Amino acid sequence: MKIAIASGKGGTGKTTLSTNLTALFAETETVVLSDLDVEEPNSGLFIKGKLVKEEIKYKMIPEWKEDTCTLCGECQKNCNFHAVIQLGPQILVFPELCHSCYACSELCPTSSLPMISQRMGTLNHCENGNISFIESRLDIGQEQAVPLIAQTNDYIDETFDKNIVKIFDAPPGTSCPVIEATKDVDFVILITEPTPFGLHDLKLAVETMKELKKDFGVVINRYGIGNNDVVDYCEGDNIPILAKIPNSRKVAELYSMGKLIYTELPEVKQELQKIRKYILNLKINN
Amino acid sequence: MKIAFTAKGTEWESEMDPRFGRTEFILVYDDEKDEFTSFDNREIENEAHGAGPKTSQKLFEMGPEVLITGNGPGGNAATVLEKAGIEIYIGAGQMSVKEAYKAYKNKNLKGV
Repeated sequence: MKIAIASGKGGTGKTTLSTNLTALFAETETVVLSDLDVEEPNSGLFIKGKLVKEEIKYKMIPEWKEDTCTLCGECQKNCNFHAVIQLGPQILVFPELCHSCYACSELCPTSSLPMISQRMGTLNHCENGNISFIESRLDIGQEQAVPLIAQTNDYIDETFDKNIVKIFDAPPGTSCPVIEATKDVDFVILITEPTPFGLHDLKLAVETMKELKKDFGVVINRYGIGNNDVVDYCEGDNIPILAKIPNSRKVAELYSMGKLIYTELPEVKQELQKIRKYILNLKINN
Repeated sequence: MKIAFTAKGTEWESEMDPRFGRTEFILVYDDEKDEFTSFDNREIENEAHGAGPKTSQKLFEMGPEVLITGNGPGGNAATVLEKAGIEIYIGAGQMSVKEAYKAYKNKNLKGV
């Protein structure tokens, strides 16, 4: 059972919800938390554990072999990302633009672009009681989050039983990394705040999830600020609102100290329990 | 000598396009033959990635010795242009092609 926690707007509470919901599930059952915001993972500030595995992750990049190349130009014709460019008597490869699709390599008539591995980041697996926490981190200077997110998902699929509840802390926005983080999940929780900016970006996130044909629901964070437009929008579009987490200074204080919130604030715990119940119902119906 | 311009049109009076990778046109002036050749680069709008290398590659095929542009190429494009041995002059983004040519001739443009 895979649940992604995403948002259009950044800073609306993805990590707060992911970590607190994980801890709530862990009170009664085993749960996997995966931080897929590999460009700036931060779930690890709130969920600690004993490191049981550390892997270096690589992506595949073509390397030009000058001695066998006939300069036919097939590679640059086949590259959709302009990562391979023919410049007179040489072939240039731009690793930051390469999407590791293998087209240039596989279609080269003289096999002059073999794929070689290039380090892109790390994956850490920590254990703490009922919680398995997987955090991947892109190396500084790497531009593409998608390959590392994909490999992190593969690790989780290979390591854990498919029935265990898995919570994915997704990157913000609606671009490729979010698509990769949400495309294989059973349900997406879109967390937003009840402000005009929150609503604007929520609409973009909703469009994205509709395009992906995902089941999704909304959690309103900092409920009580702004206005009622997010609620009206969700009701008008028949989008389920799973919970409304009340706005509170105490939440910000606990967050800034790296602490979990629901254990100290019953009104937050009550809302998280609604989400937990919703997820368990989905699990039964699956 | 052939001199290339990033431009929004194909004439002397056309405005320069300050962008390199996503320039609308590449205009090449051959000052020995006193003639222009141009390339319509507007399809680049549909490319999400790699506009710089792609435009650089096209520019290389057109064979200029000098490029005059506005903001200057990004990292990937600069790598290609360096390999291609094309001299780059920037800061002509707000001029017409004619003004940019004069500024280059009077050595008023900054080299990269």
